[in-house]
Amino acid sequence: MKEELFVSGRDIPFIDPVLHIWHWQIPLYLFVGGLAAGLIFFASYFYLKGKEDKFPVAVKVAPFLAPIVIVLGLIALLLDLRHPAYFWQLYTTIRLDSPMSWGAWTLGAVMPLSMLWPLSYIKDIQEYFAKYKFRMPYNLITWIIKMIKRYWVIEWVYELSIKMRKPIAIINIVLSIVLGVYTGILLSAFNARPLWNTSILGPLFLVSGLSTGAAAIMWMARDHYEKITFSKIDLLLIGVELFFIVHMFMGFLASSQVQQEAAALFLGGEFTAIFWGFFVFLGLIFPAIMEIMELYGYKIPISIPAFFILFGGALFRFIMVDAGQITRFLY
Amino acid sequence: MRYAMTMDIKKCVGCSDCVVACQTENNVPLGFCRDWIVENVDGTYPNLELEIRSERCNHCDNTPCVRTCPTGASHVIEGGIVKVTHSECIGCGACIQACPYDARYFHPDGYVDKCTFCDHRVAKGQDTACVSVCPTKSLAFGDLDDPNSPVSILLRERKWKVNAPEAGTKPQVYFLI
Repeated sequence: MKEELFVSGRDIPFIDPVLHIWHWQIPLYLFVGGLAAGLIFFASYFYLKGKEDKFPVAVKVAPFLAPIVIVLGLIALLLDLRHPAYFWQLYTTIRLDSPMSWGAWTLGAVMPLSMLWPLSYIKDIQEYFAKYKFRMPYNLITWIIKMIKRYWVIEWVYELSIKMRKPIAIINIVLSIVLGVYTGILLSAFNARPLWNTSILGPLFLVSGLSTGAAAIMWMARDHYEKITFSKIDLLLIGVELFFIVHMFMGFLASSQVQQEAAALFLGGEFTAIFWGFFVFLGLIFPAIMEIMELYGYKIPISIPAFFILFGGALFRFIMVDAGQITRFLY
Repeated sequence: MRYAMTMDIKKCVGCSDCVVACQTENNVPLGFCRDWIVENVDGTYPNLELEIRSERCNHCDNTPCVRTCPTGASHVIEGGIVKVTHSECIGCGACIQACPYDARYFHPDGYVDKCTFCDHRVAKGQDTACVSVCPTKSLAFGDLDDPNSPVSILLRERKWKVNAPEAGTKPQVYFLI
């Protein structure tokens, strides 16, 4: 038995007795970052494939959510900073070693581009809201269109965005993958937190982000073909995600003591029930079963699997950030 | 030049004088500390082994905290001392997550604070505050590149270990065993 005790009475806020400096802000941001990456990726991908009329919601309508959730994420990030007035220091330097620096610059580029994309489709978005009677967003979009007509600067940007759709789509597809992977790499770069210190976290967070993006698109889609297609895409992504999760635990169990102890938190430890019950079952397997049933012709409201996938995606990030801070090196 | 510290586990009595000296010298806010005392008890009664260590930032050679800092506020100065520029720190907490030794904390004013190896004293040729007050002389400080510095001599003559070497950080606070 080994026991460690701080005899000089250490009780530093957020560090003792266990590290807990990152609260709800970081996982929330990781979730919306992944969601935005998914929305932007599918919009750009199907646009470049020339399928904007086959998947109108994915290409034209759903991406309007991306800048909104990114702004929410940025507010969360700002709230997380202990020295928020100095946030601009992020943009005075590029540090290739620091994932957070990569993320800050990626967000700086994604933010304007994610706004330009829905701006170029603003009339289609207005039509969608009018057709399916979403009063509030319809009024907002109508107001934006009025602004476009009133100020020549906005009109110029609007016309530019329509002309530049193709280059924007190409840049967006790269940036969305960087954004999706970055949300995982941000955690996996911390060698000191054994649960995070696995490179599979990058692809795992990317796939999870794409899957939440696909879920949001299929929830908003009204056309049967588009719904079914995104339901299938989502099913595939859930499969890949489960595969990655199994591999993550195989890696942990075959690794050093600290990582075996990190895995033990999920295999009998305090996070077992919430991880396997609420995330893996309710957030992945249950919606996957719903989607398979739908493919076989059962009538299932698409909002049920979509909601649980989004819920699972958010929960996964909260669990990972919380549990990761408990794991540490022992000496 | 490479500053390092040695801590003689055989001599330390756990009086916490180093902790108080640091808090006084560096104006550490109440309730915080840049160094601390750990008591490790190993084994089962009656075969117990006790080890007392005075710990602080290890001023690693391979610094995960500096690598992860998005603004460059965390940096390494002459002699391998790891420091934080307060006016560049945004308080994101990345370096705190990156440190396997939990040696960094949020100062109530928002920036990240940590042990500086008393660089303001070292620049004047003095020992760090913790070393200078240690009543059992269990702490020593010096330049590893100078073969006649106290730390070089002790590391040559004694067996030593470092904390969590498997973290790959190459820590520069040595525990003499």
